[in-house]
Amino acid sequence: MLELIWLLPTFPLLGFLSLVLTAGKLPQRVVAIIGAGSIGLVFLVAALIASQFLDSGAEQFVFTAWSWMSVGEFTPGFTFYLDGLSLVMMLIITGVGFLIHLYSTGFMLDDPSYSRFFAYMNLFVASMLMLVLADNLVLLYLGWEGVGLCSYLLIGFWYQKPANGYAARKAFVVTRVGDTSMAIGLFLLFSQLGTLNIQDMLHAADAQWAIGSNYAVLASLLLLGGAVGKSAQLPLQTWLPDAMAGPTPISALIHAATMVTAGVYLIARNQVLFELAPDIQLLVAWIGLATLLMAGFTAMTQHDIKRILAYSTISQIGYMFLGLGVGAWSAAIFHLMTHAFFKALLFLGAGTVILSLHHEHDIFKMGGKRKQLPVAFYSFVIGSLALAAFPFSSGYFSKDEILLAALALEGPGIWLWAGGVLGAFFTGLYSFRLVFVVFFGESRGHHDAQEVAGFSMATPLFILMFFSIFGGWITIPVESVFSHGEAHVEHHVSALLHGIMIVVPLLGIGVSYLFYVSKTFSVEKLMASSLAQGLHKFWFSGWGMDRLYDTLFVKPFLWLARINRNDLVDWLYALIVELTRAAHGLVVRSQTGSLHWYALSVAGGLLLLVFLGVLL
Amino acid sequence: MILVLLISILFIGGLLAWVSEIFDPALPRIVALVTVIVELLVMLTLLGATDSPDPAWLASINAAWMPRFGIGFHLAADGLSVLLLLLTAFLGIIAVGSAWNEITERVGFFYFNLLWTLAGVVGVFTALDLFLFFFFWEVMLIPMYFIIAIWGHENKNYAAMKFFIFTQVSGLLMLVSILVLAYFHYEQFGFFSFDYFDLLRVNTTGPLEMLVMLGFFIAFTTKLPSMPFHSWLPDAHSQAPTPGSVILAGVLLKTGAYGLIRFAVPLFPEASMQFAPVAMTLAAISILYCAKVAFAQTDIKRLIAYTSVSHMGFVLLGVYAWNEQALQGAVMTMLAHGLSAAALFMFAGGLQHRIHTRDMTQMGGFLAKVPRMATVALFFSIAALGMPGLGNFIGEFLALLGAFQASIWATVAAALGLVLASVYSLWVIQRVFHGAYRAEVGTAQFNESQLLDFDRREMVYYGLMMLGLVWMGMYPQPFLDLSAGTLQTLLENSRQLLAAVPN
Repeated sequence: MLELIWLLPTFPLLGFLSLVLTAGKLPQRVVAIIGAGSIGLVFLVAALIASQFLDSGAEQFVFTAWSWMSVGEFTPGFTFYLDGLSLVMMLIITGVGFLIHLYSTGFMLDDPSYSRFFAYMNLFVASMLMLVLADNLVLLYLGWEGVGLCSYLLIGFWYQKPANGYAARKAFVVTRVGDTSMAIGLFLLFSQLGTLNIQDMLHAADAQWAIGSNYAVLASLLLLGGAVGKSAQLPLQTWLPDAMAGPTPISALIHAATMVTAGVYLIARNQVLFELAPDIQLLVAWIGLATLLMAGFTAMTQHDIKRILAYSTISQIGYMFLGLGVGAWSAAIFHLMTHAFFKALLFLGAGTVILSLHHEHDIFKMGGKRKQLPVAFYSFVIGSLALAAFPFSSGYFSKDEILLAALALEGPGIWLWAGGVLGAFFTGLYSFRLVFVVFFGESRGHHDAQEVAGFSMATPLFILMFFSIFGGWITIPVESVFSHGEAHVEHHVSALLHGIMIVVPLLGIGVSYLFYVSKTFSVEKLMASSLAQGLHKFWFSGWGMDRLYDTLFVKPFLWLARINRNDLVDWLYALIVELTRAAHGLVVRSQTGSLHWYALSVAGGLLLLVFLGVLL
Repeated sequence: MILVLLISILFIGGLLAWVSEIFDPALPRIVALVTVIVELLVMLTLLGATDSPDPAWLASINAAWMPRFGIGFHLAADGLSVLLLLLTAFLGIIAVGSAWNEITERVGFFYFNLLWTLAGVVGVFTALDLFLFFFFWEVMLIPMYFIIAIWGHENKNYAAMKFFIFTQVSGLLMLVSILVLAYFHYEQFGFFSFDYFDLLRVNTTGPLEMLVMLGFFIAFTTKLPSMPFHSWLPDAHSQAPTPGSVILAGVLLKTGAYGLIRFAVPLFPEASMQFAPVAMTLAAISILYCAKVAFAQTDIKRLIAYTSVSHMGFVLLGVYAWNEQALQGAVMTMLAHGLSAAALFMFAGGLQHRIHTRDMTQMGGFLAKVPRMATVALFFSIAALGMPGLGNFIGEFLALLGAFQASIWATVAAALGLVLASVYSLWVIQRVFHGAYRAEVGTAQFNESQLLDFDRREMVYYGLMMLGLVWMGMYPQPFLDLSAGTLQTLLENSRQLLAAVPN
């Protein structure tokens, strides 16, 4: 039964192939059945495999489909590795993935490229499953690049608009910077440890490298480069907000629930390596903290409903990084799962809002929509409560564990904890700013829009609502995976500190209420000061990172490309040609045909020779 | 005897194609197609062949030619040769297919030149006498010159002449090096020989040897090409007719890489190892520099030409890292790039044939109009930027993996080429296929009705190349196994020679 694991990437791949080869000639209904059905089927297989695996009590299961290549000692295979961690990931990808596919069958109904959409989506799921099931880093890299490709294809799905193409290329190129860092990391690991099989590699690293050794530091730093690229963390986070150019379901699937969390998975998968480099592990925590604060600030200033959610995703992945960095390995993965539930819910809810309001993205043109868009309203309220870690919602449990682990860490732990709590305040603030502005107050446009939410779109929302509320009670079977170095969370945290953690997000929600519902505070008044305006501008631009990269990399590259369009090297050869021509011209000129001139030059030459002879 | 047959088929087929035009102008292309298909079938018999007294070689023939100078008619094929021969014949079929409707003038003479170029290439991949090797090196050059000069585009004479001079000058350097090497053999053993195995025994450890080695190196890296000898290629490609580009990018460039692996390094192991850091640095510069120049181009064929140079940098890097992974990577890159570059040039040529321009600023939004063409272009661009699961990734990844063990900095620099590759590849897709459709915007200067999608015949060719790349990417082992024996022998030999050198 477990051998059926090879079916997991195969079904979506077959879905992809059949949709591509028929080139959009199938009727929409058939496309929907193939596109969403293949993922549904995969979810069933995954669930069966999961139950069987958990029943068997085994710690891992390895299945080799075929040997990929064998060159000297380099022998990666198409080998799948199932343990608690990949099991959780597999279920998230297929489960949430299926719900999003189902939603898409309704959402994309009016799109002429219906078939192309599902083809790319299926290819994405296949790649993502490859990524989390790979037993070696080369196969993982295959999935890693594959999801990046699908992300590119789907961000630029509406290709007629050049801005979408730009966003797609930006996403691909920026993440590829990280991918290249990761590839170099693989070269380093292989040259030092002689294998890229993850488990063997980790054992070898554990045996060969001392804690804090240069190789461990360098290797984990290079892998971290890949992780921050894919997971949109500082300093490579700039692509994700622009990635919202794609259709909303792909934002839910790729840029919230699955692909962007691949970096978290990568670090968790290579736990041993990061523990050999404690400085880098701590760096992961600081990156997470800086990112979650940066994105939290920025989310408060955005107007575009999807960009707010994008920044909130960046921020929540920041929490996962914080968790990884402080050694709360399973808490980070737990948050990955609950985040997949509530963020998919929020994005799909946003999709319903956008579709119902004729592709309106600006939240300040909405207002008072809770009666008009009831399903979206409930989605947003529940999703935002979970996002803001409202007590006993799914997000509460996972965020709580991460922050407690930060607190337990000696040294910088208290600062990481404080930063995380501050971030939670902003999370409450920005998430309910969105809810209040869109669904409360007066309607500021689209007064008579009707909610578009048929069966296929509403069902996934209701299921995700359920999991966003109760998902925190799920236990994930990852103890055996992380048993090696799980930080032992002290549960003797003082009641005061724990109380702070519960109250702070509620404060955020409350402040948001005072600003946007009761209007006790006024945004306009706040914005009157030039300091606030400056800060707003700075935050709104995502801390000016885009402009920084533009100045540092894009513009110099374009300038270099422009001035050297005609290839400097070619000029050198053109110079040789010119010199030859000039020499030719000189010699031709000497051939005047006048006897007088010839006699003179013969005499002059003789004189010169004689003179030279005498001299030497 | 198979090897003689392989060369003869192409020579005779070429003559027949030329003559057949007298009877019917539609005949030469059929003759050519039959010739290349027969060629491929005969080649396939090489795979299990035992046509050589030496079991290390699948087939060989060694006859006296000019015994007084030690020049023999020595042909032999091992796994490496066979891989490249198969690539040659396969792309030969593709090239005939791409010429099918595009070449309408002097058809017979065209196919004659095409097949004779291929004959020269087959000779180059099998010759084990350096004089004979040089002979075939010239044989593949001259018909290619005609293909560019006669059937090329607006600036064909300049491009053809540039191609000719670059190849000829660098070929001359190689000839001098071959002669000096033969003279070394005379000095050390008392008789002249141009035979590969004899010359391998020549002691090449003096200071002069570095210069002799450079003669080979420059000839091969001009063909490859690599910085700074690459500047003939963009002109040759942008001016050549599509089948010319297919052969040039797919096959001719690979003779340079083959020369490095078979001759330049094994004949001069010590000089080569001293020179390796320079060569690897050159490779990294070549990868980055040409990727950057590619990005700046507006002529789609020039752009693809520069990307070719960039990708060949991985081959150069792999060869001079000189270990098993790196060499396998170089060979896989040769094969995969052979398909992907040929397909991209074919796509660009097909586009030019339809809308009579190569200027990308005239294009945009073609996806809606020609979805199959867009899919093809996307597939091969993605392959070229090194997407895992396709052949180019295997090649470049192995090359980098091996090179890392030889030179960390050159490898890290070269790996940055992966980022630049994504920049220019996706830019082409954006420029040609995405955005608003030009004819609707009203800025297009082409006849919209001529922008037709690929037909079934064309899709068969592209489909074959796609399957090839997927095979190489998902299960490259058969290819790796075929060249493994050759590469291990070369590595072992040079290791022994280097060990014997007194420090």
